[in-house]
Amino acid sequence: MAKEKIRQDTSVSIRTPRARVRGLGVAHHGVSHWWLQRVTALTNTVLMLAFVVIIANMAGRDYAGAVHIVANPFVAIILILALLSVTLHMRIGMQVIIEDYVHAQATKIAAVLANNVYAVLVAVACLYAVLRIGFGQPA
Amino acid sequence: MAPTARPTVAQPLSPHLQIYRWTWTMAMSVFHRITGTALYGGTALVAIWLLALASGPVAYSYVAGFFGSVIGRLILFVYTWILMHHMLGGLRHFAWDFGIGFDREKRLAMSRLTLIGSVALTLVIWAVALLVR
Repeated sequence: MAKEKIRQDTSVSIRTPRARVRGLGVAHHGVSHWWLQRVTALTNTVLMLAFVVIIANMAGRDYAGAVHIVANPFVAIILILALLSVTLHMRIGMQVIIEDYVHAQATKIAAVLANNVYAVLVAVACLYAVLRIGFGQPA
Repeated sequence: MAPTARPTVAQPLSPHLQIYRWTWTMAMSVFHRITGTALYGGTALVAIWLLALASGPVAYSYVAGFFGSVIGRLILFVYTWILMHHMLGGLRHFAWDFGIGFDREKRLAMSRLTLIGSVALTLVIWAVALLVR
C-alpha cells in the first residue's frame, strides 16, 4: 500500500497514473490485439484487392506464364505483404472466436496453440513459395 | 445474525440467441465471423496454389486443373464473395470505430449494403476478369 501511495504521488515519481496503466490491463498487453486487428484490416483491404487483380490475371495462363507473373518483383512484394497482413489478421481473429466460444481451459489453450501453428504454417509456406518462385529456382 | 438457508428454487435463465428476433445487424455480425472463419480455412488453398507453383509444372497442372474445373471455379466465386463480404463488414466496423453510423437508419443501411455490395462487387470482379481474358 505504501509503495502504491508513492507511485501515485507524482511529486515522487514523474510517471503519471495514466502512463502506468497505458497499454496494460488484465492481459498485460492492453489493446494491442484490437489495434493490430484494425491496422491489418486496413492493409488487408488494399493488399487483397491487389491480390484479386493478380489472381484474375493469372487465371487460364500456363505454368511459365503464371511463374512469370509471380516472379515479378512488384507482384512478389505485394503477395508477401498480403500474406503477412492476412495471416496476422486471421490469427488474432480466430483467437478472439476461440476465446469467445471455448470455455474449458485445456481445450482453449490447445485451440489457441493450434491456431498459432496453422497461421505460422500458412505464412511460412506462402513466403517460401513466393521467394522460391521470385529467386527463379522452381524445381 | 445467523445466515438463513437460501431456498433452492430454479433460477430463471437469461434467454439465449434463439429467443430474439433476427435483425440485420445481428445477422451481419454473425455472418462476419462465419466469413472470417471461411477465409481462415481458405488461406490453405492459397498456400497449396503457391506451393504447387513453386514445385513445378506437374504439381501446378493438378492445382490449376482443379481451380479451373466447375467445382474449383465455384469455390473461387464463393471465396470472392466471402472476401468482399468480410471486407465490407470490416469497413462497417471502421465507421463504428470512428463513432459514425450508430443510429437506426444508418446501421440498417450499412448492414444491407454489406450484403448487396458484396454480391455486386463479386459480380463486377468476375465480369471484368472474364471480359479482360
